[in-house]
Amino acid sequence: MDFPTDLLLNAVLSGLLLGGFYTAVTLGVSISFGMLDIVNIAHPAFIILGSYIAYIVNSTLGIDPILTSFVMFPVFYALGAAVYQVYYMAFERRGQESLRGLAFFFGLLFITEVGLVLVFGVDYRYVNAAYIGPSLPLGFASLPLRLLIPCVIALALVAALQLFLSRTFVGRAIMAVSQDQLALRLMSADPVRIKRIAFGISIATASVAGAFLIIIQPVEPSVGREYIGRVFAICVLGGMGSLPGTVIAAMLLGIVESITSTFYGPSWSPAVAFGVLLLTLAFRPAGIMGR
Amino acid sequence: MRTRTFLVLAVGVGLLIFGASRFVHNEYYFFASYVVLQYVVLATAWNILGGYTGYVNFGTAAFFALGAYSTVAINKLYPIPIPALMIVGGAVSGIVGLGMGYLTLRLRGAFFSIATLALAVVLQTLITNWDYVGGSRGAYTIPPMKVPLIGPYIEYLFVIMLGLAVIAVVIARAIEHSRLGFGFATIRDDELAAEASGVPTLRLKLIATSLSGALMGMAGAPLPYYVTYLDPASGFSLAYAVNSIAMPLIGGTTVWLGPVIGALFLGTIQQVATVTISSALNLLIVGLLLVGFVIVAPNGIVGLVQARLRRRGQP
Repeated sequence: MDFPTDLLLNAVLSGLLLGGFYTAVTLGVSISFGMLDIVNIAHPAFIILGSYIAYIVNSTLGIDPILTSFVMFPVFYALGAAVYQVYYMAFERRGQESLRGLAFFFGLLFITEVGLVLVFGVDYRYVNAAYIGPSLPLGFASLPLRLLIPCVIALALVAALQLFLSRTFVGRAIMAVSQDQLALRLMSADPVRIKRIAFGISIATASVAGAFLIIIQPVEPSVGREYIGRVFAICVLGGMGSLPGTVIAAMLLGIVESITSTFYGPSWSPAVAFGVLLLTLAFRPAGIMGR
Repeated sequence: MRTRTFLVLAVGVGLLIFGASRFVHNEYYFFASYVVLQYVVLATAWNILGGYTGYVNFGTAAFFALGAYSTVAINKLYPIPIPALMIVGGAVSGIVGLGMGYLTLRLRGAFFSIATLALAVVLQTLITNWDYVGGSRGAYTIPPMKVPLIGPYIEYLFVIMLGLAVIAVVIARAIEHSRLGFGFATIRDDELAAEASGVPTLRLKLIATSLSGALMGMAGAPLPYYVTYLDPASGFSLAYAVNSIAMPLIGGTTVWLGPVIGALFLGTIQQVATVTISSALNLLIVGLLLVGFVIVAPNGIVGLVQARLRRRGQP
């Protein structure tokens, strides 16, 4: 019985690393859906966009994808702010965000995907970096660097974001904006501006998540769809907008998926996230860290 | 207009289209109009839940493909005629809709929408892993060459889809003018107020979800005969989901005419664009039209026309 224990431990370890990556993927949705109440189902599409930008820069200039993604941070921030401005003007102000706002984001998701198919075709794309091949040996297990590095950077990103949200005025205003807009106005902060900043940050994290994605697996335009279920499952399980909750939920899902694919085959892993989402919604809609 | 009068009218229009089709001998037109009619059904079905109650279903492809795969599964056991297959497909999709609705509809609307989006991914995973219906290899369904009285098989499929489109539109219109429809409208306008006034919101939402899912399943049931080769990627294509949302929103969501106009308009454009330009580009057109319409004309084509009539009415 020595073999299955090793296998199980390995699965748990790689699940934890995978969870780090899922944290980065979900971070943006935890902000937009969890804190701002904007159901941005197009978030995975922005992640794929980030992957393709990392791919273009890597294949033409040979620059590291993660470095590229941090350089692209301001560009994605501006893109997010612009999308929020349109969303606010067209839907939120008119109080039509539920039906038409959802359709708007669904349209964005679709346009991005089809646009990428038209430009790049449906071939799988990948990047080159020194850390994609080797792994870090650790006794019985080995940690592949291409999972370890995204995991570490993602956790650092979460820590930085958590500091920003709890220590700065704008950060606290972001946490407050979905709770009481009037109180926020009385503190002389414009809720629309605060939401624009927050949505910009949420899309900016997609740039980094996109670079991680293309490091971990080859990317083609429709890969993003597999992440919609995962992202929202993690967000809901983590308690909607709690960053520590997001990390814990992402690790949990990572472990469950990794065990499923080790013992039952990788083709079943997309179903795991959905099962988790449905069970959470049915039995504990407030999530593990919810109040 | 009474529902019965409308039923007679709708059947009349259906018979007229059928009669006119007797003079068409180019099979391409039947293939093309089958797709357009299929979208009339899908858009109308989506609108029963999305337009009337305001709950967004992103999983049209899932319900549609469930209907199609019920056909594949049953045909392997014992082949039965298509109308019977449609009833089975409709029942399967309706039950799935009911179950999912029961789990997620008690929460905020966004959760339901996200769950439907994930449902499509998961069902596709299940079908891909289910060897009995062909798995990822896909399944072949060979239709007979001819059908007595009607002629080539595609004409038979066309007639069936025409009939389903008439049924779907009549159901949608009947709902609009019934207590059920008023109940749906109260949910759409203010669910909390509706609940407080004693409207059984959960039950109404479950009725809408099951009915809408069942119609989508029925529309999917003849698909294996139409395409003859069905694989999970084409059955669960995102194009079904995006079209069935875009068509009602472009046509107008509050009346039965909206989805029909949207489906005829977008469906015809796509049939023309697929032949003349390319199929990826025509999906891009649909996405752009969807985003453009929800931003600029929130009430769709019907809303634009109504606003124009109203302006002319009061000089």
